[in-house]
Amino acid sequence: MAKIKSLQDLIKLKEDSKDKIQIRKTAGEKDKIVLKVAMGTCGISAGAKETFSALIEAIDKHGLDNVVVTQTGCMGYCHAEPTVQVNEPEKETFLYGNITAEKAEELIVKHIINGELLQDSIVGETHQRAE
Amino acid sequence: MSKYKQYILVCGGTGCVSSGSGDVLDEFNKLLEEHNLQNDIQVVRTGCFGFCEQGTIVKILPDNTFYVKIEKNHVSEIINEHIIKGRKVEKLLFKDPQTKETVAEDEGMNFYKKQVRVALRNAGFINPEDIDEYIANNGYQALGKALTETNQDEVIDTLLESGLRGRGGGGFPTGLKWRFANKAKSNQKYVVCNADEGDPGAFMDRSILEGDPHSVIEGMALAGFAIGADKGVVYIRAEYPLAVERLEIALNQAREYGFLGENIFGTGFSFDIDIRLGAGAFVCGEETALIHSIEGYRGEPTTKPPFPANSGLFNEPTLINNVETFANIPIILDKGSDWYRSLGTEKSPGTKVFALAGAINNVGLVEVPMGTTLREIIFEIGGGIRNGKKFKAAQTGGPSGGCIPTEYLDTEIDFDNLNALGSMMGSGGLIVMDEDTCMVDVSKFYLEFTVEESCGKCTPCRIGNVRLLETLEKISSGRSKPEDLRKLEILGQAIKDSSLCGLGQTAPNPILSTYHYFKEEYEAHVMDRICPAGVCKDLIKFDIIENKCVGCTACARVCPTAAITGELRKPHVIHQDKCIKCGACYDTCRFGAITKS
Repeated sequence: MAKIKSLQDLIKLKEDSKDKIQIRKTAGEKDKIVLKVAMGTCGISAGAKETFSALIEAIDKHGLDNVVVTQTGCMGYCHAEPTVQVNEPEKETFLYGNITAEKAEELIVKHIINGELLQDSIVGETHQRAE
Repeated sequence: MSKYKQYILVCGGTGCVSSGSGDVLDEFNKLLEEHNLQNDIQVVRTGCFGFCEQGTIVKILPDNTFYVKIEKNHVSEIINEHIIKGRKVEKLLFKDPQTKETVAEDEGMNFYKKQVRVALRNAGFINPEDIDEYIANNGYQALGKALTETNQDEVIDTLLESGLRGRGGGGFPTGLKWRFANKAKSNQKYVVCNADEGDPGAFMDRSILEGDPHSVIEGMALAGFAIGADKGVVYIRAEYPLAVERLEIALNQAREYGFLGENIFGTGFSFDIDIRLGAGAFVCGEETALIHSIEGYRGEPTTKPPFPANSGLFNEPTLINNVETFANIPIILDKGSDWYRSLGTEKSPGTKVFALAGAINNVGLVEVPMGTTLREIIFEIGGGIRNGKKFKAAQTGGPSGGCIPTEYLDTEIDFDNLNALGSMMGSGGLIVMDEDTCMVDVSKFYLEFTVEESCGKCTPCRIGNVRLLETLEKISSGRSKPEDLRKLEILGQAIKDSSLCGLGQTAPNPILSTYHYFKEEYEAHVMDRICPAGVCKDLIKFDIIENKCVGCTACARVCPTAAITGELRKPHVIHQDKCIKCGACYDTCRFGAITKS
């Protein structure tokens, strides 16, 4: 028996399958927001992996299709791990510290959706980058 | 459903498969399992990324990191550094040959900057063996909407408005072809997909079928609906085993989901597709010969009219389109004709896929809007000529096309402009030639091909082309007379005018176009008995310059026929009677003591 019997069936299947390629699609968008989780040894032992997963779940839960989460090496703020850097196109970059898995959703809701800063979690950048 | 956090896309096109992408993919899966990451990261075997020169291509998402020339032994480094520690492996990134800088993302590469991927929209992005990924990227939506919300005429009108022209070479308006087939009266009609890609150096159709087979299936089903056909046939050459395999998988999935078969989308419309394997004869790309081959007869063309739209497969109305044309159709119907017209030029809207080959740095598959210039394709996307040599000509349209010289590099490519230059779009093969190419030799190569592939049914093609080839051989071997040049032109024109099918009608094009643009080169062969590019063996001579030769004996040692003699530390001599002009001595000499004249 055919699986798809109407256009509605197809649209439903498309929604169900969206997850399969969503991250790949978003990665190709020019105006995507990138969350970088520091995954050095210190970050991982402080729970960066759990933060990483929690961020992805929160993005999923709120149906955001313009945000991707990537990992990066240690950013040097070992005292504030796990750290997450938020890169929004044409906006200032923010670095948040002590983003545990529990705080991940708060970051998504406040910063990404509502555009508020998580004042208590901001880590001031203390270094400059070599150009 | 567990959600993957990262994707490792490994190219599964034929080019990368032959550079070992299968092993790379297995190694990724193996090592991910060893690190217990198989539930977090998915390895996807995609279709062709197009950058075949740099295969095996591996792309990591969402980081957008584009790794090139990946071999099995690089995999553990990518896993340990990139995947686990989040550090890009610099040495495996693409290095721009001009700026010498590494480029991590494909967006930053000249090869990709000017490309617009329409027909190749899913190649290198989805797993071609997973229909759900095609659906997730709007697949089968155009078919669903056409069947449930529109009618045949609306579909054909959209295509007509889009201005899509046949991508197989002729450039005939696709919508018009569909209208003719729609108007033909019969209880049985057919849709045929021409996947008999035969031009030497062309592989766009193969890559589409390998990378996104569902787009072709959807395009064919739409055609079936629009013209009122319930049967489709894909005629594909047996030399494309991977494309056939992926197409078969895709057909089965489409049947299982109900996109093929009976009562599609509950509308009562039925359509199914068969595969017919061709034995690889070039002439079977000609539509009437292709039809006869499907019917089980010898692959020979017949005269048109009647056109297949009225009397084609089994004498029933038949719509034949090429792979790339079908792949364009779902997205045109989905996004509308205005969107399609926003790409390309007024008379040739949309994009075209080109297979870049020859003396060019970035060999591969590219898709650009019509109207892009040859210069942009060759020097920006293609990265210029290999080994810093000078550009001489670009050959488009395969054995039916012609050569375009330097002065027309800024021509905007579309169907009409290429025809005006005495070449043609063809299926999109683009072979780049450098200063070391002899145009007489190039013509000979193409003509040898057409002579070999001529079906022999009509006299002008069967005999005329052989005579043309003999004349070319006389020219390249220094036995020609001045009147031979005139003969080339007269005979070539006669073959064009009197051959039965497209193969014969276009066979003299490589000669006529090179003779037109490189007349002096032909004349040098005939009048002065020299080959300016130093390619035609009978017209070149190797000599040793006595005062430059230090007597190192290197040349004598590489000479396969022992034609070079001399004592150590004394000038050597080439014995012309024994020399076979292989050029080994010329390539070996480090003192510039050997001349080619």
